[in-house]
Amino acid sequence: MAVGEFGAKLKDAGLAALVAIALLLPILGMETVPGPDGRLTLDFHLHLVAIGAVLVFAGRLALSLLLHGRALRPSGRAGTVAEFVSRHGTWFGLAGIAFALALPFLPFASRYTIDVATTIVIYVMLGWGLNIVVGLAGLLDLGYVAFYAVGAYSYALFAQWFGLGFWACLPIAGLLAATAGVLLGFPVLRLRGDYLAIVTLGFGEIIRLVLINWHEVTGGPNGIADIPRPSFFGFPFTRSPAEGETAFHELFGLEFSTLHRVIFLYYLALALALITNLFVLRIRKLPIGRAWEALREDEIACKALGINPTNTKLTAFALGAMFGGFAGSFFATRQGFISPESFTFIESAIILAIVVLGGMGSQIGVVLAAAVIVLLPEIGREFETYRMLIFGAAMVLIMIWRPRGLLAHREPTLTLAGAGRGAGGGGR
Amino acid sequence: MAYFLQQLINGVALGMVYGLIAIGYSMVYGIIGMINFAHGEIYMIGAFVSIIAFTLLGMLGISWAPLALVLVLIVAILVTSLYGWTVERIAYRPLRGSFRLAPLISAIGMSIFLQTYVQIAQGAKIKPLQPVVTGGFVFTDPTGFTVTISWIQVLIIVLTLVLMAGFTWVITRTPLGRAQRACQQDLKMAALCGVDVDRTISTTFVIGAALAAVAGLMATLYYGVIDFFIGFLAGVKAFTAAVLGGIGSIPGAMLGGLVLGLAEAFWSGYFSIEYKDVAAFTILVVVLIFLPTGILGKPEIEKV
Repeated sequence: MAVGEFGAKLKDAGLAALVAIALLLPILGMETVPGPDGRLTLDFHLHLVAIGAVLVFAGRLALSLLLHGRALRPSGRAGTVAEFVSRHGTWFGLAGIAFALALPFLPFASRYTIDVATTIVIYVMLGWGLNIVVGLAGLLDLGYVAFYAVGAYSYALFAQWFGLGFWACLPIAGLLAATAGVLLGFPVLRLRGDYLAIVTLGFGEIIRLVLINWHEVTGGPNGIADIPRPSFFGFPFTRSPAEGETAFHELFGLEFSTLHRVIFLYYLALALALITNLFVLRIRKLPIGRAWEALREDEIACKALGINPTNTKLTAFALGAMFGGFAGSFFATRQGFISPESFTFIESAIILAIVVLGGMGSQIGVVLAAAVIVLLPEIGREFETYRMLIFGAAMVLIMIWRPRGLLAHREPTLTLAGAGRGAGGGGR
Repeated sequence: MAYFLQQLINGVALGMVYGLIAIGYSMVYGIIGMINFAHGEIYMIGAFVSIIAFTLLGMLGISWAPLALVLVLIVAILVTSLYGWTVERIAYRPLRGSFRLAPLISAIGMSIFLQTYVQIAQGAKIKPLQPVVTGGFVFTDPTGFTVTISWIQVLIIVLTLVLMAGFTWVITRTPLGRAQRACQQDLKMAALCGVDVDRTISTTFVIGAALAAVAGLMATLYYGVIDFFIGFLAGVKAFTAAVLGGIGSIPGAMLGGLVLGLAEAFWSGYFSIEYKDVAAFTILVVVLIFLPTGILGKPEIEKV
């Protein structure tokens, strides 16, 4: 590398540092704090600005030296890995399921690990549900959390008013969420992609605002507490069960442990998620599933072939919503308390991020992305406040690194019997 | 009648703020076809830079309102534009030509990042600003009702109109505006004809951010309080306004902002203040169903 070239890189890094100073100086360098008379005054943190500028300078210089002569493009190696994973998807899937089943009994499993694993599994399930809408049918839904909320509140309310149990509420919650999906979908599904996105976002917000303001039914911002915890098919997880009831640990002659419920919840989530997965895998092979994918690729061609786009999209929307509802009821029974706080837009964004980061339409990708997204803030738990900062930055960086998602390897679900064997994996 | 007039004035002032933010969405969508989700946060940063600048000027002893306003306006526009430029450079430019959803996800990530950044740097508490501009015109009608037009509302309306006039001039009369319109019609063809596409897109983001900074400053003056979360709702509503007016159309964005502001003011004036945001979204849904391209949008013909 010539000296002049290095000089140019230095100059470039210097400019970046100058920009960083201009950006950081007002927001980071001057903190507004209430003064003694209630008026705002400024606290200066100029050392932070200096540190930021130095970091940007060093980072920019390092990046341009590393990338010398190379463009910042997805590396070929990652692409090969993605191809490998999706070619052997079945094996990875089975290994993953086996690992998930064994997890609570592995030596490193603690209450905390299982809790985190349950959260991952819920997000996997939500991701798979949304994948029907976004990945398969190609409809951008920014308000998926609304259906999650419908599921959670319908379980909480039905349990509170009618004393129904979790298993009775689960189908009701799914049905109500699907109905909400149809009600929303019916008028708006004729819209083009981006409009649909913003209307679904609006719908998500409407649901949340209604939950906050409709005090009589939803408890307003305080939410609903004392939601019945799940029981093992009628056997509760309590130390001393009520008269005439047998507790779970008595049934199996075990020592009482609060861990039982945590493990049970984990398996419950896993079962629900696997049902979702199985459903999606099977429905992809049915005419309706094929119609979704065809619609995603070319709507006009679909119309020409006699597929009714509105009905097809509506089924995708309703089914996606139904799984959101299932996940919502599980969320309610796991937490025992729900409030509108849990159903903000950021939640929708996270679920959508999981689907897109995973590589749209890829079932294993969703698992990987859900693990990354849930674990990322967990790892950063020591610096609690910086979690969302890292999360946002990671979303941007992953998109730049692999714009089509971590496991983006699109292959046709359906190939001709002869051609398929040679060309790519056969009909999996 | 007086009450109606009062709501009308409030609605117009609010609508102008929405309109200014909406232009940023509309321009970006018109040129590169992406929803710049982080635009609401740019507006929030504009508001924060304004409040910081006011505080700094107060500490330096500059308290003559017109001078303070002009200085703050300049600082806010400069810093916020730089933020807009940087966001485009870091999060969107590497994704140019990538598939449709990638920039949107990147924008959502950027939005989360900026929101948390301001929350960490400035704290999560609500920031109050001492009123800078006070007073206004007060009219009393025979029945005893008063209608107030505050100086801030006058400022908002006049400043927005001036900006709109200047902006229209830039778009229709300058080489920059010509390049922008060319990019809006056909990005590839514009590049072939010698338009520097990257630079034009950067400028678009800078202009959008500058207008959002003005909106942020005016919202700070108008409401007197801000926090790190104001960007989300304002952003969503401004996008609603942009869609309402026909996305890609700049007069449409302003018109959509006005319609939305008026609807919100009348809704909270005559019905319930709690559901005013629901009203905004309901309008969006209704308009899109009956008028899918917005008020001033051109119908898009899909070709195979």
